[in-house]
Amino acid sequence: MSGGTLVKVEQLSRDYGSLRAVDKISFEMARGEVLGFLGPNGAGKSTTMQMISGNLAPSAGRILIHGLDILDRPRAAKAHLGYLPEQPPLYRELTVDEYLAFCARLNRIPRNRCRDAVETAKARCGLEAVGRRLIGNLSKGFQQRVGIAQAIIHTPAVIILDEPTVGLDPIQIREIRALIHDLSREHSVILSTHILPEVQAICDRVIIINQGELVLNDTIAGLQRRMEGNNLRVAFRQPPGEAELARLPGVVEVESLEPGRFRIHCGGGGDSTDAIVSASVANGWQLCELMPERLSLEQVFIQITQTEANADPGGAAA
Amino acid sequence: MMTLVIAGKELRSLFLSPLAWVILAVVQLILAYLFLSQIDFFLQIQPRLAGLEEAPGITEIIMAPLFGNAAVVLLLVVPMLTMRLVSDERRNRTLSLMFSAPLSMTEIILGKFLGLMAFLLLMLVLIAAMPLALLAGGSPDLGVLVSSFLGLLLLVGSFAAIGLYMSTLTSQPAIAAVSTFGVLLLLWILDWAGSGRGGEASTVFGYLSILRHYEPLLKGVFNSTDIVYYLLLMVTFLVLSVRRLDAERLLGR
Repeated sequence: MSGGTLVKVEQLSRDYGSLRAVDKISFEMARGEVLGFLGPNGAGKSTTMQMISGNLAPSAGRILIHGLDILDRPRAAKAHLGYLPEQPPLYRELTVDEYLAFCARLNRIPRNRCRDAVETAKARCGLEAVGRRLIGNLSKGFQQRVGIAQAIIHTPAVIILDEPTVGLDPIQIREIRALIHDLSREHSVILSTHILPEVQAICDRVIIINQGELVLNDTIAGLQRRMEGNNLRVAFRQPPGEAELARLPGVVEVESLEPGRFRIHCGGGGDSTDAIVSASVANGWQLCELMPERLSLEQVFIQITQTEANADPGGAAA
Repeated sequence: MMTLVIAGKELRSLFLSPLAWVILAVVQLILAYLFLSQIDFFLQIQPRLAGLEEAPGITEIIMAPLFGNAAVVLLLVVPMLTMRLVSDERRNRTLSLMFSAPLSMTEIILGKFLGLMAFLLLMLVLIAAMPLALLAGGSPDLGVLVSSFLGLLLLVGSFAAIGLYMSTLTSQPAIAAVSTFGVLLLLWILDWAGSGRGGEASTVFGYLSILRHYEPLLKGVFNSTDIVYYLLLMVTFLVLSVRRLDAERLLGR
């Protein structure tokens, strides 16, 4: 199977008693894609990850990995999966080499190719120097890398990383992100996080879930488009009145921020930049600042999750 | 195949913790002391035995008590070895490593069981080395030694299977240890119930008692009922453990 869909999730649900943690989520993922799984704490990210990785059985729905149903043919499906849970599953009493060798054997890598697999995984995760050290004595960043090395040791098609940068310092976060970026050249990566810039930095596509429901499934480019507001920030040395600006074509509303500085809401899809510039030249307003305003990912996120909450009066706000 | 990989890891982990070494040393020390005092006792009564017809020899006076005592010591020790098998992994969240690898639950459980059994086998070999040393100065009944060894192996195998199951039930090793100990002790003393009165109940309890099936083997009586009893006990608790892990995947936590 080259190209095409690698992971297919259909109508996935999971109940914990009466609590529905994940509610009918469906999405697909193509080969070589980095999929960002975004949501506030408790939105059902980890539960979904656990289900895709075969650690938790879904209450309803289907998961196909490489066309293999993870419930019907768990062994064949899991062979294409590498999973790093929220807390890396490390045996603290083993050395990095011993641990990775064990993981390689667990993933049915033949004994004679084990050493190569361990060396490759170590090289990719920058663990060459710590091979003989006990995992328990490593720093958190290195432990996280060992966790990632464990997930990629059998070069699976799909790597699932659950909040891989939580609890790391900024330098370690950058290194882990670089590593994920590196991995995405050969693997498809599903990445869950609640850190928005992380998604912008490394993902091709974003899925946002809130209270167990899928509220957005879009490419990064699509998300960027959502982030482009229709607002302009302008400043003039000789400012006109608000009313004058409001009369310009395409301008819906003018907001005065401070003397000489305005936020102009444009509407109707038209671009009023041109109109503002030529009006400024014609009337000598001395335009000195013109900047399209972008919504931050946070704002988009809050917008999306809150519209959801408003649309569903029964659900509590996140 | 994968079972052996897990068994190997389990055995290695055991020896990486001081617990295994301390247990080996303590068990050996205590049983060696009992063994030596039994030899001492034999040497004391030997002149009187010489006059008897069909007198008990070193097999009855030294070896049988040694294996009998070993069973009691291991009843106390095995729960400490089994307690961490699954509960510790659950507490450290390392179970997901095996759950997301292409493995079946049966392979995981069997691997853990065999890893522990390899360790216990080593311990039993060390214990059996003591009566074997009697070969230097006497002629113990080797047939009885073999059946006693087999009996002890089956007995600790059952202990281990029960302990493993208890360990799958909790994420606290201490709770697993205490409940294993409780179950083992209960199975041990089960035949005390109604033993004075005889009758139906005492037969049933007697049959269920884990010790009743051990005693004949110590005397060199090889009865397939006893062997089947232990095998059934092991299979039952191993299947229960597999079911328990499966349920964890189905129900979460």
